[in-house]
Amino acid sequence: MHEYLLTMRGIEKRFPGVLALNGVDFTLRSGEIHALMGENGAGKSTLIKVLTGVYQMDGGEIRLEGTPMVIRSPQDAQNKGISTVYQEITLCPNLTVAENIYIGRGKHPWVRQRDLEKRADEILSRLGIPARSTQLLGSCSLAVQQMVAIARAVDMNCKVLILDEPTSSLDDKEVKRLFDLMRDLKSKDVGIIFVTHFLDQVYEVSDRITVLRNGELVGEYLTEELPQIQLVSKMIGKELEELSNLGETEEKEIGKKEVFYEAKGLASSDALPFDFSIRKGEVNGFTGLLGSGRSESVRAIFGADKVTGGAVKIGGKPVKILRPVDAMKHGIGYLAEDRKRDGIIAELSVRENIILALQVMNGMFKPISRNESEAFADEYIKVLNIKTASRETPVGSLSGGNQQKVILARWLLTHPDYLILDEPTRGIDVGTKLEIQKLVLKLAEEGVSVTFISSEVEEMLRTCSRLIVMRDRHVVGELTGKDLNQTQVMKTIAGGEA
Amino acid sequence: MKKKDGKFSLGSLGQLTIPLIAIALLVVFNLIRDPGFFSIGISHNSNGNAVLSGNIISIINGASELAILAMGMTLVTAACGGQDISVGAAAAIAGSVFVKVLKSGSGISGGTVILAFLCSCIVAMLFGCFNGTLVAVFKIQPMIATLILYTCGRSIAYWINGGATPTVTSSIVNGIGSFIPGIPIPTPVIIVVVMALLFKLLFHFTALRLFTQSVGINGSAARLNGIDARFIKLLSFIILGVCVSVSGCIGVSRLGLINHETLLLDIEMDTILAVAIGGNSLGGGKFKLSGSIIGAYVIQTLTITLYAMKVSSTDVKAYKAIVIILLVVIGSPVIKERFGRWISHLRQRRVKVSAKGAEEG
Amino acid sequence: MRKFKALFLVTILVLCCMLAGCGKDEKKDGKIKVGVVNNPPSESGYREANVKDMEKVFSEANGYELKTFYSQKNDEQLQAANGFITDGVDYLLISAAETTGWDEVLKKAKEAGVKVYLFDRMINVDESLYEAAVVSDMAAEGDTAVKWLLSLNLSEYKVIHIQGAMGSDAQIGRTGALDEQFASGKMKKVVQQTATWDEAEAKKIVESVINSGEDFNVIYAENDGMAKGAVAALDEAGITHGVDGKVVVIGFDCNKWALRELLAGKWNYDGQCSPFQAQIISDLIKSGKAPASKTIINEEKGFDAKTLTQADIDTYGLGD
Repeated sequence: MHEYLLTMRGIEKRFPGVLALNGVDFTLRSGEIHALMGENGAGKSTLIKVLTGVYQMDGGEIRLEGTPMVIRSPQDAQNKGISTVYQEITLCPNLTVAENIYIGRGKHPWVRQRDLEKRADEILSRLGIPARSTQLLGSCSLAVQQMVAIARAVDMNCKVLILDEPTSSLDDKEVKRLFDLMRDLKSKDVGIIFVTHFLDQVYEVSDRITVLRNGELVGEYLTEELPQIQLVSKMIGKELEELSNLGETEEKEIGKKEVFYEAKGLASSDALPFDFSIRKGEVNGFTGLLGSGRSESVRAIFGADKVTGGAVKIGGKPVKILRPVDAMKHGIGYLAEDRKRDGIIAELSVRENIILALQVMNGMFKPISRNESEAFADEYIKVLNIKTASRETPVGSLSGGNQQKVILARWLLTHPDYLILDEPTRGIDVGTKLEIQKLVLKLAEEGVSVTFISSEVEEMLRTCSRLIVMRDRHVVGELTGKDLNQTQVMKTIAGGEA
Repeated sequence: MKKKDGKFSLGSLGQLTIPLIAIALLVVFNLIRDPGFFSIGISHNSNGNAVLSGNIISIINGASELAILAMGMTLVTAACGGQDISVGAAAAIAGSVFVKVLKSGSGISGGTVILAFLCSCIVAMLFGCFNGTLVAVFKIQPMIATLILYTCGRSIAYWINGGATPTVTSSIVNGIGSFIPGIPIPTPVIIVVVMALLFKLLFHFTALRLFTQSVGINGSAARLNGIDARFIKLLSFIILGVCVSVSGCIGVSRLGLINHETLLLDIEMDTILAVAIGGNSLGGGKFKLSGSIIGAYVIQTLTITLYAMKVSSTDVKAYKAIVIILLVVIGSPVIKERFGRWISHLRQRRVKVSAKGAEEG
Repeated sequence: MRKFKALFLVTILVLCCMLAGCGKDEKKDGKIKVGVVNNPPSESGYREANVKDMEKVFSEANGYELKTFYSQKNDEQLQAANGFITDGVDYLLISAAETTGWDEVLKKAKEAGVKVYLFDRMINVDESLYEAAVVSDMAAEGDTAVKWLLSLNLSEYKVIHIQGAMGSDAQIGRTGALDEQFASGKMKKVVQQTATWDEAEAKKIVESVINSGEDFNVIYAENDGMAKGAVAALDEAGITHGVDGKVVVIGFDCNKWALRELLAGKWNYDGQCSPFQAQIISDLIKSGKAPASKTIINEEKGFDAKTLTQADIDTYGLGD
């Protein structure tokens, strides 16, 4: 038995114009849970894809139990004992659990259905997965589905199990059950690579942490020896100091300014009634777990879903906002949570994407002339430092961060009084995240009200002067001043003494 | 989507590449077959007017209805990501209304013709509205929604005028369908130019193009940017209605008779094809009207070529199909990408060779 | 395409039946009950004239009580025929949508003592099951037209032949005689193409011949619409046609407007597949005698521009 289950040495992977992995080392011992950490674009997923044969590496060496090997394809990786369970479940919901465990591996098509079910039941009970083999997979909870995917991997005698963001769609109980299963597998000498962006979970379950940044290895650490704050700083590198400076520039004198937007009992098809107001130049945030109703609430403000009730005042005057266009006419802009689905018009150019909202506000019969629109586009490409080949490049071919900037430009061009940003920093690189946070503060200084939502509480604490906390689609607290800290937020979310 | 260097992919040559190449090939083919094929002459028609004649005129003239429909269809395709297959049937209705109004008065004056056209236009727009409502409000697949009118449209046309083939005899109507005295260019061609200009003005003085493309590419995002997607889709069908009416009236005026069963028969498929040959995605989104118009002329050139070659009746459709399959396959993303890669490969080679040459020199 | 139409007609029929059922149940003494199963008038100008002719001949004034059903679907026609038999009609007149599937119904009619006449279209059943079939001979139409063309004694025949939808009865019948002439070399085929009954397509075909510069002196179009399309192409090119013109124009169907073109001397000949079978059947019914042959060929008309009169147009012209 070799000391290390898996070693990857000096892994290099190039994409046109980018060195995605630059001599990265990674070591996995059997019977450990090893967290792979890094910001978006750090190279985590590229490394995983090299390991599972989706990409071919350009340099370096992979050894499994000391033997060098080339992994040609995902199938090849599976045969060699490297299995992956993805974030989105890739099984078939309308087949039974047993069929899902054995599908696509049928070297013996004549094996009887009943034998398969019997074997599946054995595995399920061995791993303590609460499912029957004859049940349809779709009738199981997401967590159980994920576990079935793991059971499938285990049954293939996998030595290395990669869990890519397995907890992002699970609730707390389900996460706990998954962790139990992971610990169980660990005791059976399986090496688990755990990719996640939830720091707490890393500390709860992992033994070791490897941090990547910008395609390079930062280091490998024992979890218990690495304080959380250190981990964050290693993930985002030298930017940390700059980050901590951001918050301090903010003065808390917003309380004196006039209220710009006020809603009483606002409700939509997706949001329960809530009260909300924001002052001029204020930055506030909505926080809460996924599904807590934070996105739904801001969508109701913008009229994005069917508004079912509530009284809204803007600048003290009652107004009706039933559709997005109403909100826009009252100076509200909304950057949607799902950039691909609700934000960009992928095949249109950067220029057309930038002028879109302004054009809608101008109306159908006052088209922005070509010259004018080119001037607008050039201006915002410069101001926001959008990296694009030209203003006529289709926006879909830009990187995530630059796409987000284009949408920001679109709303800035309308000169909104109130800008709602739902997850503007999701899935983009650290540099751009910072730029966006700075921009939010700058807008606030200019008197624009901003609602800023991020699943990274840290970001909100830095930028917002007031946080509205939601749980189970209700507003459960409002934090300001000295209450604006991680502990207090967590407590409020968890429903403790707020 | 590997357009990073973007210089030498076929896509960057523009979406008009394929239809233009197709036309060029057909022209070359015809010139080899018959050097005089494209000669234009001046002859005198039976009214004694000097008019242009020749195959080019036949092609451009004959494709008029198709070109006008293709413009409207492009818009519907872009906004809805689907096609209206009822244009032929709707044109039969529009044409029938045109004839009905013309025949209702005692004589046919310029005023009657305008009134008749306006009536037919309104009816066609109403039917467009019907299709548009099914698509935009009830979210029915365009092909399914328009299948209804496709199925019953020609029956409705029959009810308007009764059976047989009512005829109208009028020098004004004849002028619309053939030549206006003193103008040697066929009137339908002039109408196509006018329609194209109208579309150009429409896109210049409104933001319709941007809104239509946004709705077609990403309806959800368009909605969240305040665009009323339903209205845009409905509008596209109404505009198509105008095109349908214009085509229907041209079709009727050409011969001064309406045959509800054969007026613009099977034109819906040619129209969709024209849009596709023009390099427009049938899934909606970005569009180029000029592409569709050229597409219409490609189809017509093909038809006239086959007639000129006296291809036997039973074989015409098969030949047409072969050429169209070729065009569509060549225009497909797969071939485009391969071709683009091949060109950039050649290019790299040339750069290497020239670099080598430079070193040696 | 005609589903909707058929549905509409069925609905109307049902309503009519109900109305009829409510009001006049008492027997109409002396009236001969006739049930007609036909294709819908919207099918073509031919059918419209055919339907009108039936309604005219089998009128109450002529001593008939007429029931009609129109559909292009065989199964609907079968059902209607069954219904008529149950209603106790004396005579059943059928122009079937399809040639098969009629055995059962006709046997039932025979048992019920209902006499069956077929018109316009034959059915694939034993001859004993019907009294007589009055049908058109499509080939005869073509023959008549071609004979007429030969009688002109032109020095040469260079023909543009515009065909209807390939495979249709009318196309096959009207093409046959001309094909024989082409084969024998008596006439020269300049071009032979289908315009699928489409006027505009016919115009394009003739245009392309004109553009090619090839000479021709006869246009043989298999219906009036296509002949009109062809003539439009001639007009645009300034080529004379008709009685005193260079090109002989032949059309088919005898629409009134087409006959008027003949009368004006712009066309030369119009042939007809006669839609008028009602009088023949009525005569048979009234005489009560069995015909000499079960299959009666309806006489086909052909009109020469030189001999056509306004009276002919009024009598034989279709439409208005």
